[in-house]
Amino acid sequence: MSVATRRPLFIIAALFGALLLLLPFSGPLFHMLFPTLDRPLYSRASFLELTLSHVALVMAATAAATLIGVAAGIFVTRAAGRRARPLLLAVAAIGQTFPPVAVLAIMVPILGYGGGPTLVALFTYALLPIIANTITGLEGIDHNVRDAADGMGFTPTARLVQVDLPLAAPVIIAGIRTATIINVGTATIGSTVGALTLGSPIIEGLSGSNPAYIVQGALLAGLLAVLIDRSFELFAAA
Amino acid sequence: MMVVRNWILLLAALAATASLAAFGFLSYAPNRIVPGVARSLHEVAGDAVTVLAATALALALLCFLPQRRAVLLVAAAGLLMALGVLLFAAGHGATMLAATGVPAGRTSLGPAFWLALAAICLALIDTAEQAGLSALGRSLLIGAALAMLAGMAWSGLFDNLSLAREYHAHTDAFALEFRRHLTLVVLSAAISGAIGLPLGVMAFRDPRFGQRLFGVLGIVQTVPSIALFGLLIGPLSLLASTFPVLRQVGISGIGAAPALIALVLYSLLPLVRNTVAGLRSVPESVVEAASGSGMRAAQIMRQVMLPLALPVILSGFRIVVIQTIGLTVVAALIGAGGLGTFVFQGLGQNAIDLVLLGVIPTIVLALAGDVLFSLAAANLTQMP
Repeated sequence: MSVATRRPLFIIAALFGALLLLLPFSGPLFHMLFPTLDRPLYSRASFLELTLSHVALVMAATAAATLIGVAAGIFVTRAAGRRARPLLLAVAAIGQTFPPVAVLAIMVPILGYGGGPTLVALFTYALLPIIANTITGLEGIDHNVRDAADGMGFTPTARLVQVDLPLAAPVIIAGIRTATIINVGTATIGSTVGALTLGSPIIEGLSGSNPAYIVQGALLAGLLAVLIDRSFELFAAA
Repeated sequence: MMVVRNWILLLAALAATASLAAFGFLSYAPNRIVPGVARSLHEVAGDAVTVLAATALALALLCFLPQRRAVLLVAAAGLLMALGVLLFAAGHGATMLAATGVPAGRTSLGPAFWLALAAICLALIDTAEQAGLSALGRSLLIGAALAMLAGMAWSGLFDNLSLAREYHAHTDAFALEFRRHLTLVVLSAAISGAIGLPLGVMAFRDPRFGQRLFGVLGIVQTVPSIALFGLLIGPLSLLASTFPVLRQVGISGIGAAPALIALVLYSLLPLVRNTVAGLRSVPESVVEAASGSGMRAAQIMRQVMLPLALPVILSGFRIVVIQTIGLTVVAALIGAGGLGTFVFQGLGQNAIDLVLLGVIPTIVLALAGDVLFSLAAANLTQMP
C-alpha cells in the first residue's frame, strides 16, 4: 500500500502527538475559554500517564482475548471440539447483545474496584467478536484449497499453521479490530470504577462540573480511538 | 456399552452440582454495612437439594442416550425445571432468613446461585441449538423462562431478596428511569431512521458520496461514547447560553439533548450501511421490469426497491436498537437519566444491588429487542 493512502494515519498520529505535547501548556487557553474555573487544566495525572495506562489496559486485555479466543475458535473447528461449536457461536452472538458497560458493572461486585476488574471485563467482552470471527474465518476457507494442502501431504497441524490461519487472518484481524475499538471505549468508562484512563478527566469533569477537563479528556480519548482503529490498516496492507 | 453422547450437558450438570455443593447460595447480612455470611443451599432450602440432585442425575443419564430430538426436548424441559427450582429456592431461602433474622437484614444472591444459573442457561442454549429449534421455538423457550421468573416475582416470592428490596425502595424512580430509557431508545431510532434512510438512498445512488459519508460515520462510530457525549456538552452549553430560547425548549449542555444527538450519530452508520446493502441486493432484472412497466425512478425506489430491501434494513435497525440500549446507560453520566442512573449511583455507593437494578433490565431489554427483530425478520422472509 502506498504512502498516500496511509496519509490519514500519519496525520492522526501527528495530531495526537501534538495534542499530548501541547495540552500540558494549554492552561491559559482553557482559562480564557472557561474564565470561572479555578483549575482549568487536569492535573491529577499527566496526560501521557493516562494515555499509556489506557493503551496498556486495552492491549493487555485484547492480547489475552486474542490468544484464548483464537485457540477456542481453532478447537471447535477441529473434530475433537466440533460438538461445542454451536454453543460457542450462540454464546458469542447472545453475549454481543449485552452492553459492554453492563459487563463492566457486573465485574465490580465480583472483583472490586480499579484497573483489575476493568481488565477482566475488557478481556471477557473482547473474546466474543474474536471467537465469532475466528470460526467464520476458518470455515470460510475454500475446501479446494484444503484438499490441495492435504493432497500435498500437509499434516493437520502444518495445514492449520501454514494454510488455514494465514487464509483466515483477514477475518480474524477484523474481529480483533472490533474488539479493540469496543475496548478503547469501555476502558474510558472504566474510570467510573477506578481505572486510570483518558476517561478519568471526563468523569472527574462531569462530576465536578469542570467542562475544561471534559474537553481535554474527550479530545484525547476520541483521537486515540481513531488512531488505534486506523493502525489496523497497517495489518490489512501487509 | 456406556458412551457419553452429550458431554456439554454432562459437564453443565456436574458444574452446577459442584458449585451448589461448594459455595454459598445466599449471603445474609444483619444490616447494609457489615459483609454478609454465606449460607449454603442445604442450609436455606433443604427440599430443593433433593429435587435439584434428582434433576441433575436424570439429566446426566440423558447424556448417555442417543441424542434424538425427543431426548433433547426432555432435557430442555428438565433444565427449565431446574431453573424454576433454583429461582424458587433463592426466593424461599431469602424469606426463611428474613423470618428468623432482624428486620434490617439483607439477603443477596451468592456465587453458587450465579454459577448454577450460568450452567443451566448455557446447557439450555446448547440444547436448543442441538434440537435445531426454529426462531419461534427459541422465543417460546425464552418466553417460558421469563414467564416463570415474572410469575414468581409477581407472587412476591423474591420480596426478601435485597435486589427486590432495592427495587421497592426505588419503585417510582425505576418506573421513571425505565420510561426515560425506552423513550431515548425509541426517539433516537426514529430520528436516525428519518435521517439514515434518505442518506442510504443517496449513498446508493452516488457511490462517491457514499464513500465519503462512510468515512465520516466510521470515525464517529470509533469515538468512545463518553468522549462523544463530552464533546457535545461544550458546544451545546455555549449555544444555550447565547440563545436562551434554546434552554426553554430543553436544550442545554447536559441532559437529554446531547445524549440524543450522540445516540443518533452512532446509529447512522449501521442504518446507512444496511440500507445501501439492502438496495444493492435488489436484482437488476426486477428494477428493469419495473421501469419497463412505466414506473418513474422515485416510484421504483418507494414501491419496489425499498420494500425488497426491507429485511436488510430491518437488521440494521436491530443493530441500532441493541447498540442504543447499551449506550443510553452511559448517557446517564451526562444527566440524560435512564437505567444507567442506578448503575452509576450503585457503583458510587458500592451498592451492588442498585447496580444490578440498572444492569438486569438493560440486558433484558437488549435481549428482548434482539428476539423481537429476529422474529420480525423471520416473518418477513417467509412472506412470498
